[in-house]
Amino acid sequence: MADKEEQKEKVPLAQAFFDNIFLLLVLGIVVPVVFYTIWGLLEIASIPLAK
Amino acid sequence: MAAVFRTCAHTGLKVHNQAERLIKVHAVAGVLSILFGGIAALLVLLTRWPAVHLLDPTNYYRALTFHGMNMLIFWIIFFEIAILYFAGPILLGSRVAWPRIGWVGFALMAAGSILIDVAILQGGADVMFTSYVPMRAVSHFYLGWILFAVGALLGVCNFFATLVVARAERTYEGSISLVTFGGATAAIIALVTLAHGAIIYIPTWLWSMGYVQNIDAGMYRLVFWGLGHPSQQINVTAMVAVWYLLATLTVGAIPVNEKVCRTAFLLYILFINLASAHHLLVDPQLSPAWKVWNTSYGMYLAVLASMVHGMTVPASVEVAQRRKGLSKGLFEWLAKAPWGNPSFAALVLSITLFGFMGGITGVTFGAEQVNIISHNTLRIPGHFHSTVVAGTTLAFMGLTYYVVPLIWRRAVVWPRLATFQAYAFGLGIMIFAGGMTTAGSYAVPRRHWDVQFANSIFQPPVEPAAYLFLGVMGIGGLLAVLGGALYVVITVVSVFFGKRIPDVAGAVPLAAVPQDTGKHTPISGTLVLVFVFLAAFIIYYFLNWKWLSDIWLVK
Amino acid sequence: MSIQTLKGVWWKKVDPSEKVWLGIALLWCLILFAMMPLWHLKGGQNPSFETYRTTAAMFQAKVDALVQKAKVGEEKGIPVIAPDPKEDVYMLGRLWQWSPVLKLKKGQTYRLHLSSMDLVHGFSLFPLNLNFMVLPGYDYVLTITPTTSGEFYVVCNEFCGIGHHTMVGKILVE
Repeated sequence: MADKEEQKEKVPLAQAFFDNIFLLLVLGIVVPVVFYTIWGLLEIASIPLAK
Repeated sequence: MAAVFRTCAHTGLKVHNQAERLIKVHAVAGVLSILFGGIAALLVLLTRWPAVHLLDPTNYYRALTFHGMNMLIFWIIFFEIAILYFAGPILLGSRVAWPRIGWVGFALMAAGSILIDVAILQGGADVMFTSYVPMRAVSHFYLGWILFAVGALLGVCNFFATLVVARAERTYEGSISLVTFGGATAAIIALVTLAHGAIIYIPTWLWSMGYVQNIDAGMYRLVFWGLGHPSQQINVTAMVAVWYLLATLTVGAIPVNEKVCRTAFLLYILFINLASAHHLLVDPQLSPAWKVWNTSYGMYLAVLASMVHGMTVPASVEVAQRRKGLSKGLFEWLAKAPWGNPSFAALVLSITLFGFMGGITGVTFGAEQVNIISHNTLRIPGHFHSTVVAGTTLAFMGLTYYVVPLIWRRAVVWPRLATFQAYAFGLGIMIFAGGMTTAGSYAVPRRHWDVQFANSIFQPPVEPAAYLFLGVMGIGGLLAVLGGALYVVITVVSVFFGKRIPDVAGAVPLAAVPQDTGKHTPISGTLVLVFVFLAAFIIYYFLNWKWLSDIWLVK
Repeated sequence: MSIQTLKGVWWKKVDPSEKVWLGIALLWCLILFAMMPLWHLKGGQNPSFETYRTTAAMFQAKVDALVQKAKVGEEKGIPVIAPDPKEDVYMLGRLWQWSPVLKLKKGQTYRLHLSSMDLVHGFSLFPLNLNFMVLPGYDYVLTITPTTSGEFYVVCNEFCGIGHHTMVGKILVE
């Protein structure tokens, strides 16, 4: 009985988000590439020359 | 070519024959790698143990490079791709999306690993796992890295393609299983990792042949660690997925709350790769803001995730055991657990050692300032042998004792020896890593042939205590090598000579999943354990800040 | 079971017994995070971010000039210098040597420039256990104040080839 009722329940948005692996994939690439790689490369590129 | 399936008599899972074959070849390559890496481990161990000091410097650095590559990259990533072929097609009852690509990927990984091993054994790549430029190896060493990374990338893409195929062909309804979700997390992390590998090794390869003039040492270190560290985060994630899997197979555990478990995996996806910064905390080329933000995985949210898994996995075991009637007091569920099952022993040791040793030391040494008293000392390999070896490798070993009967359909020979193997390996690594980490706190450098500085122009005095802990490391290491060797022997003999298992339900003993009574099952034992963990964490963390405050002032 | 696909809704309320741990673990993570900025404000040991691009030739010239000015002796063929705390101090790493040997005064603050002439090296003050990376092409400035006196050694702790383990320098503090 309980099972059947659950089936009809609408899937919450949060759960749908977790089911979307490819959205997670994009986030999983963007976050480290922006914070670690790009930010890091920018800092390295802006180091001044020794006097 | 129509896909051929069989239905597993023990689990009821639908198994695509291509998935099964791909699992087998990747697992075999993994076990071969741990055999090679293990032989090198013994040589390295016997050299760093001052009482033995076996190899000459050239052979020591060569063996160490060989050990690092075979263990950190080949063993782990071959095994992880095997896990992906299980977590994707088999758990979803789907076909492998691109079987041919799967084989091409495997061939590239195999070719890459052979090129690298040959380059090292030829003496053309005494450059360590990290191969920091401008130190130069022969060009086929870098080519090997590229082939291996592309091959692994194909394996990962095949996993994602299989998710698409399974959904399109409606092989399941609703959401993928938690283990598949964990596998997907590992695959996402792997994609970031391998992309950084391609970005750094293609120019380095061209540089090694003279087509590129100069590669900046600071830039190399940044991008290399975008490969080097996340490749070990794939391990962490795959290991956690294996924890959930082993808990189910050994005691019939059900995740206590899917939302909590999956959110913890999401935090890995978002933040765990930032921690590549751990290697660059005392480097000149990056600012404190960059260091603090990245080393903390974005305010330690990936650490939070591990602390969550460290609670939910034992909690799922506790709930399953209590529902079976083992509910007296705080710890009857644990006392009467299947301690004789090698996979359960591996699970418990893996969680405990990963958390108490690997996790605590990793977070502590990864604090920007505490890294000043940790960087490149033996504390660092001490830390990661507690994560990658005591954690990941031990979990994979535990899983192997199910892979053999379920995939090869052969019984594990000498099951009692297998149980001994798990304990010997876990205990050995615990003693080894404990000795190593402690020796490192006396500033003993890592990747160093001569702890006594006998051949250098100055002879710094080494604390006698450092020698004591290096001896502890040596003894623990021998026990771990014994455990590792037994693992290879038991696995190989079982695969070739183990008794064939008939395709009838019950022939492979799997734990029954207890009925949900609908009543709330307490997890009080687990809560006690996690608070003990937190206390140990707090003490070790602040002790290190105390030690830091005792050194010279520096800014 | 962790290996079963899930039908229906699994996004469910979290039990209070789990929430306790989640909350405390989050709090601990925030404390872990706060420690680092806090130590930058109040602590005495922080990695520097005073860094310049340089070349082996440029850096070598600075080391040579300093040696000429502040040399007080020689130890095993390596010049020993006693620099004035008001001036910048230079130390280079190369296969497989740290040069010069420094004579410093306890309690004085020095600006110590580090760079490598060839490969990546690791500056590890032994047995004190204070570690920084030394990269070719980068001039890394550490502002250090010795708080203890005695003989200290600079052990290279980044692998730099077959003679790596022989690469040891010296710092004397009076």
